[in-house]
Amino acid sequence: MVVDNIARTQTERDLTSIPTIPQSERIAPISGAAVVDVQDFSAYYGAFRALDGVSMQIAEKKITALIGPSGCGKSTLLRCINRMNDLVDGFRAEGRLTYHGQDLYDKGVDVVEVRRRIGMVFQKPNPFPKSIYENIAFGPKVNGIKGNMAEIVEHALRQAALWDEVKDKLQQSGLALSGGQQQRLCIARALAVQPDVILMDEPCSALDPIATLKIEDLMRELAKEYTIVIVTHNMQQAARVADYTAFLMMRQDRAGELVEFRDTDALFTRPRDKRTEDYITGRFG
Amino acid sequence: MTRELFEKKLREMQEDVLIMGSMVEKAVQRSIDSLRTRDAALSNSVVSDDIAINKKRYEIEDKCIHLIALQAPMAADLRIIVSILFISNELERMADHAEGIARINLMLGEEALTGPIGDIMLMGEKGIDMLRRSLTAFIERDDASARSICDEDDEIDALYDSSYHTLIQDVIRTPQDVERVTYLIWTCHNLERIADRVTNICERVIFMVTGELEEINVSRY
Repeated sequence: MVVDNIARTQTERDLTSIPTIPQSERIAPISGAAVVDVQDFSAYYGAFRALDGVSMQIAEKKITALIGPSGCGKSTLLRCINRMNDLVDGFRAEGRLTYHGQDLYDKGVDVVEVRRRIGMVFQKPNPFPKSIYENIAFGPKVNGIKGNMAEIVEHALRQAALWDEVKDKLQQSGLALSGGQQQRLCIARALAVQPDVILMDEPCSALDPIATLKIEDLMRELAKEYTIVIVTHNMQQAARVADYTAFLMMRQDRAGELVEFRDTDALFTRPRDKRTEDYITGRFG
Repeated sequence: MTRELFEKKLREMQEDVLIMGSMVEKAVQRSIDSLRTRDAALSNSVVSDDIAINKKRYEIEDKCIHLIALQAPMAADLRIIVSILFISNELERMADHAEGIARINLMLGEEALTGPIGDIMLMGEKGIDMLRRSLTAFIERDDASARSICDEDDEIDALYDSSYHTLIQDVIRTPQDVERVTYLIWTCHNLERIADRVTNICERVIFMVTGELEEINVSRY
């Protein structure tokens, strides 16, 4: 019996040989309200199609992770959500990308207001070369946000779990903080202009494991009030923090495609598409 | 193909489950053989061999923990490892049931073995057959086969019912046989539990293939 069955392990039916399935079964609906609705959305840089026909929803006050191999278009998708790609020459979008029902790519949309409501935190902490206080106060001042500025600054720093560490040195340069603190400062800066959605593009890739866990804890806390979308190369991070996960992949023609989207638990334990299974189990990518 | 080391370790662990399954199969077979032939030496070897089965179980558990900690498995890989953890535990408990039967044979001493022996042996043989096929389903990722094996637990339950009633009738007729009857009821119970644990293994096979945790055939005992 043992010999027979051990021989079978060499020729076993491979669990990962799941056939590719229709899109309707790969893209799951969210539960609850959608803040951002992406429908058949494609993005181009000149003649190059970076994203093709992406359809998914971003759930309100939840964390949505975008994962996939390099070049799959996840950062492009993230940057389309607050029209950051408009700054790239030759960028063009097709399809619909709505925010609370408003098409973000309609003519007449105030891009500055879009970016205030949909803030962004980048891969590398990028505080202004100014004091901690000024880093936070700058956005509200520029956006004409009324109120006691000291209170606004304190509130944003508390929300970013940084207040206790910097309350006695608000006039010091933001650049004097550690990497993890700088990233939380950037998150506080994004929060100070009272956004609705926060986009995070690999926010922990430049941080050590402890600082990473702090940011992850912070994200869970912020998700009580904000909608968060995060691009990450760290699948464990997506599994730890996200409520929903989207897996994107580059096709043969190099266009990014949304392969699978569903709640994180299901995507990491019971992916439906073979390509997702292969990627998250480390068999390609 | 990437993750060759991981693949190799995963394959080794599945082979470990088969080796342990074979040890348990042998333990159950020898325990009922020792009872049928009243072979005390064979019973003693079932009892002493249980140590090796326990050791194998801890070895498998240790490998599972290391693989989870070092390789961060996901999806189907994670389901395989988690299933192996559970299956090795079920196998170890099955071996304990076999050891229990061997000890019963020793406790029966010189007393003659009368009662529904044919049905008791049939329960044992049937349980062994179910165990063997459940491990084949594990290796072949055959959830359909795992489901059908679970259904067969009803046959074991029926044999248990019938043996139990026969033994109760025996003790009513001849109350002085209470010790022999009690030992045989314990034997039946051990064999019934072995089959239940096969259904638990089958549930893990189904989980491994589909990702769904289901209780397939709830035993009446």
